Amino acid sequence: MDDRAKYRRELRGYAIGFASALALTCAAFATVHFDLAPAGTTIGIVFALGLIQLNVHFRFFLHIDLKKSARDDLQLILFSTLITLLMVGGTLIILFNLYHRMM
Amino acid sequence: MTVQSAWFWAIGRIDLHSFAFVRAWEDPSLDKMIAAGAASLVVLGAIAVFAIITKLRKWRYLWQDWFTSVDHKKIGIMYVILSGIMLTRAVIEAVLMRMQQAVAVNQPGIVAPEHFGELFSTHGSIMIFFMAMPFLTGIINYVMPLQIVARDVAFPTLNSISLGLTVSGAVLLMISLVVGKFSTGGWSGYPPYTEMAFNSGVGPDYWIWAVTLSSIGSTMTGLNFAVTIYKSRAPGMHLFRMPLFCWTALCTSILMIFAMPPLTVATLMLALDRYLDFHLFTTDLGGNMMNYANLFWLFGHPEVYILILPAFGVYSEVISTFSAKRLYAYRTLVYATMVIAVLSFTVWLHHFFTMGQNANINGFFGIATMCVGIPTGVKVYDWILTMYRGRVRFTVPMLYAIAFLVTFVIGGMTGIILATPPLDYVVHNTLFLVAHFHNMLIPGLLYGMLAGYQFWFPKAFGFRLDETWGRISFACWVVGFYLAFMPLYVLGAMGMPRRMAGVFQGEYLPWLIIACIGAFILLAALGALFVQLVISIRRREKTRVPAGDPWDGRSLEWAISSPPPEYNFAVIPCVEDRDPFALRKEQGRAYQPPHAYEDIEMPKNSVLGPVLCIVGAAAGFALVWHIWWLAILSFLGILAAVIVSSFSRDTHRVIPASEVARTHEHWLRTVAEARAIPRELETRSANEGLAESAV
Amino acid sequence: MSADELKHAGLNLQEADPLTHEKAGEAIFGFWVFLMSDAVVFALLFATYGVMLRGTAGGPVPHEVYEIKSAFIETLILLSSSFTFGLASLAMKYEHKRHQLELWLGVTLLLGFAFIGWEIHDFVSMAAKGEVPSRSGYLSGFYALVPMHMLHVTIGCVWGMVMLVQIRKFGLDPMVKINVMRLSLFWHFLDIIWIGIFSVVYLQGLA
Repeated sequence: MDDRAKYRRELRGYAIGFASALALTCAAFATVHFDLAPAGTTIGIVFALGLIQLNVHFRFFLHIDLKKSARDDLQLILFSTLITLLMVGGTLIILFNLYHRMM
Repeated sequence: MTVQSAWFWAIGRIDLHSFAFVRAWEDPSLDKMIAAGAASLVVLGAIAVFAIITKLRKWRYLWQDWFTSVDHKKIGIMYVILSGIMLTRAVIEAVLMRMQQAVAVNQPGIVAPEHFGELFSTHGSIMIFFMAMPFLTGIINYVMPLQIVARDVAFPTLNSISLGLTVSGAVLLMISLVVGKFSTGGWSGYPPYTEMAFNSGVGPDYWIWAVTLSSIGSTMTGLNFAVTIYKSRAPGMHLFRMPLFCWTALCTSILMIFAMPPLTVATLMLALDRYLDFHLFTTDLGGNMMNYANLFWLFGHPEVYILILPAFGVYSEVISTFSAKRLYAYRTLVYATMVIAVLSFTVWLHHFFTMGQNANINGFFGIATMCVGIPTGVKVYDWILTMYRGRVRFTVPMLYAIAFLVTFVIGGMTGIILATPPLDYVVHNTLFLVAHFHNMLIPGLLYGMLAGYQFWFPKAFGFRLDETWGRISFACWVVGFYLAFMPLYVLGAMGMPRRMAGVFQGEYLPWLIIACIGAFILLAALGALFVQLVISIRRREKTRVPAGDPWDGRSLEWAISSPPPEYNFAVIPCVEDRDPFALRKEQGRAYQPPHAYEDIEMPKNSVLGPVLCIVGAAAGFALVWHIWWLAILSFLGILAAVIVSSFSRDTHRVIPASEVARTHEHWLRTVAEARAIPRELETRSANEGLAESAV
Repeated sequence: MSADELKHAGLNLQEADPLTHEKAGEAIFGFWVFLMSDAVVFALLFATYGVMLRGTAGGPVPHEVYEIKSAFIETLILLSSSFTFGLASLAMKYEHKRHQLELWLGVTLLLGFAFIGWEIHDFVSMAAKGEVPSRSGYLSGFYALVPMHMLHVTIGCVWGMVMLVQIRKFGLDPMVKINVMRLSLFWHFLDIIWIGIFSVVYLQGLA
C-alpha cells in the first residue's frame, strides 16, 4: 500500500470519527433542547450518548483498539477505568448515603 | 497608596510577630523559647552548611555533580539524605510530644496547646511526605534501574524535577519554623477546622503548599518508575523474572499515579476555599466537609500501601539473600502484591467509620479491609518458608526483617480490631489508633527502609557500614518501638484520646512515662544510626568492597562494581533466570569479560530540577504569605523554565567504548585480585566483595 | 518487531518515520500514563460536582445558570478542533508541505482560543448575575470543574504556540514530532473530558 492510500484511509478514520461525534453531540443536545423525554429518561439518554461518544473518540482520535500491539494502552485504560469507577462510585454512594441520613 | 498597603504589597502578611525570635523576645516562656530554639537550629544549621560548603569550595562540585545531575543513583542518594534530615526533625518532635504528655497530667506541660498542635501536625506531615516518601523513592531510584539493568530511569530530567519539588516542600516546612506558624490541623488537615473561618493564619497554607508540591513530585515519580519498569528492562528480563523489589516498586508506582491525584485535588480545593472564597468544604452555604475526608482517604489509604510495599520488596531481597535461598513461592508473592495494590483502593472508608453512613456501607468496607490480611498473610508465610532450611545469617538487614515479621503481625491483629466497625466506634480517635498505625509503619516502612539502607549502602559507596553500631541502632529501634507504642494500646483502650496536650486522669501517668522512655530510646536509635555512619566513613579503608558483591547477592545489581559507573552496566547482559547473578556464580561465569564494548549514550545534566525547586519554594512561600507579585513571578518563572528547556537539543553525551572498556577491565582486574570469602566472614574486613560461590 | 506495529496511543508514525516511531513508544507511553493520572483528577472533580449539586444554599440552581446555546457552540468549537488536530497529525506523519502542518495546528489553536474566549464570556456573564463560587457549594463545585478544564485548554494552546515556533526552528526532528504527538493526545483527551462536562454539567442541569 502506498503512502497516498494509507493517508486516505487514515483521513477517512478521522472523518468518520468527527461525523459520528458530531451526530452524537447533536442528538444529546436535541434531546434536552426539544424536551423529547421526561427529565429522568433524558438524563439517561444523554449519559448513554456521552458514553458512546467517549468510545468513538478513543477509537478514532486516540486510535485505541483491540489489536495485540496496543494492549499496554488498553490495559492502562481499563485499569484507570476500574480505579475511577471505584473512586467516583464510592464517593457518590458514601456521600449520598450521608446526605439522606442527615435529612 | 498608604504606607500600610505598600508594605502589604511588598511582603504580604509578614510582620515582626511572624518571627519565632520576636515572639520569644516578647514572651520568654519555655514554650516560646523551645520554638525560638528550633528556629535558631534551622537558621544556624543553614548558615553552617553554607559556610562549610563555601570554605571547602564545594559549590561548583555540588552543583555540577549533584544538584543538576540526572543520574538516578545520585538522585536516589539525595532523596535518602533529605529523608534523613527530616527524620531527625520529626523524631525530636516525637520526643517532645511524649515528654509533654508524660508531664502534662493534671498540670500544664512544657509547651502550649497551640504549639503541641503544630508538633503533631508537622510530625505526621514530615514522617509521611518528607521522611517515608523520599526514603522509599530514594531507594527505588537507586536500586530498581540496576536490578532491571537499565542505564537510567525513563525520564531522567523529570526525576530530577520530582526531587526538586519534594525538596521545595520540605524547605517550606523548615521555613515555617522560623517565619510564621505551621498548621495545627494534623497531617490530614481536615476542614472545616482548617478553613478561613476558623483558622485564618498561615498554618494551613503552609501545610497545603508543602503537601501539594510533594504530591505533584510523587505523581511524577510514580509515572517515571512505572514507565521505566514497563519499557526499559534488559533483554530476557520478563516481568516474571524481575526481582521482587522491582515488582513492589512497580505496584507502588502505579499506586502513586492513581492515588496522589485525590490528595492534590483535596488540597487544591481547600486552597480554593481559603484563597478564593469557594464553599467546597465550609460549614455554610452548601459546603460539604465530609467530601474532604472522603477525598483525603481516597489518597490516604493507597498511600499506606505505597509506603509498605517497597519495604516488602526489601525484605524479600534481604531474606532470600541472607538465607542463601531462592525466594519461596515467588509467584504468590507477586500476586499478593498486586492484590494488595488493587484492594488498597477499596478500603478508604475505614478511616471514617464514625462519620455517619449506614451500617451496610461500614460493613462492606470493614470486610474489604479484613481481606487485605489474606495476601499479606501469604507474604508472611512465604518469607518464613524462604528462611526455612536456609543457612540464615543474622546480619543487620536480616535482623530488621525478623523484627518486622513479628512486630508487623501484631500490628495486623490490632488492625483487624479496628476494621470491625462496632469496635472501631469504641477506640476511634484514641491512642489505640495511634499505636496501631505506628505499629504498621515503623516495622512496615522504617525497618524496611533501614534494612535497605544497610543492605545497599556498600553498593552505593563501595564500603560496608559498621556492624556493631548497626546492631546497637537496631536494638534501640526495636526496644524503643515496643516501649513507646505498646503502652499507647493500653491508653487507647482506657479511652485516652489522641492529640491531647494535657490530661486529667492520673491513671494514665505510668503508661505515659513508659512511652516517654521509649521515645528517648528511639532518639538514641537515630543517634546510633548517625554514629554508625560517621564511624563507617572513618574506617572505610578497612571495609571496602570494590568487587561489588559483599553479601553473595542474587540479582544483577551485585554483578557490577561498587560504586557502579555512571552508566551502570558496561554491556547490557541478557537475563536468563529469576536469580541471574546467583545462577552465573554457580556456573562460574559471573565475571566474564564481554565480547565487545559499544559507545554509551547518557543524558546530560539539567538545571531544570534545581531551578524548579527554587521557584517552586518561592511560589509556595509567596502563596502562604499573600505576596502576590512573587507568586505571579514564580508561576511565570516555572512556565519560562519549562519552555526554555524544551528548546534544548543538546541533551545527551556519548561515553566512548574505549573509556567503557578501560573502566570495566580495571574492575575485572580488581575482581581477579580480590580474595573470595566464605559467608561467615562477610562482616569482617576480609570481605572485598567477592563471594566464595563465585570462584 | 516491525515498524508497522502500534506502539502507543494516538496516531502512530509507523514506517513513515521508523526511527522516531521507535523512540516514541516510551516517550508517549509516559505521557499517556500522565493523562490517566490527570483523568483521575477530573473524575474526582466530577464526583465532587455531583456531591455539591444539592448544595445550592437557596441560590441559583443549574437550569437557571446554564444556557444550552452557549454550551452547544463551545462543544462544536472544541469538537472541530479535535478534527483539525487530526488533520495536523496526518500532515506531520505523511510529511506534506510543512505549512500544512502549521496551517492545521494554527487553525486548531485558533479554535482553542475561541473556545477559551467563549467560556470566559460565559463566566463573566454568570458573575454579573451574581453566580459566583462564593455564592454556594454548588457553584463552587461548578467553578472547580469547568475552569479546570479551561486551564488545561489554555496550557494546550500555549504548548501549541511553542510547538509552532519549534517547527520553524528545528523542522520536524524526532523531538518535535514526539511533542506534537503528545500534544495531540492531550488535545483529544481534553475533548473527551468535555464530553463529560457537557453531558454531566450542562445537559444534566438543563434536562
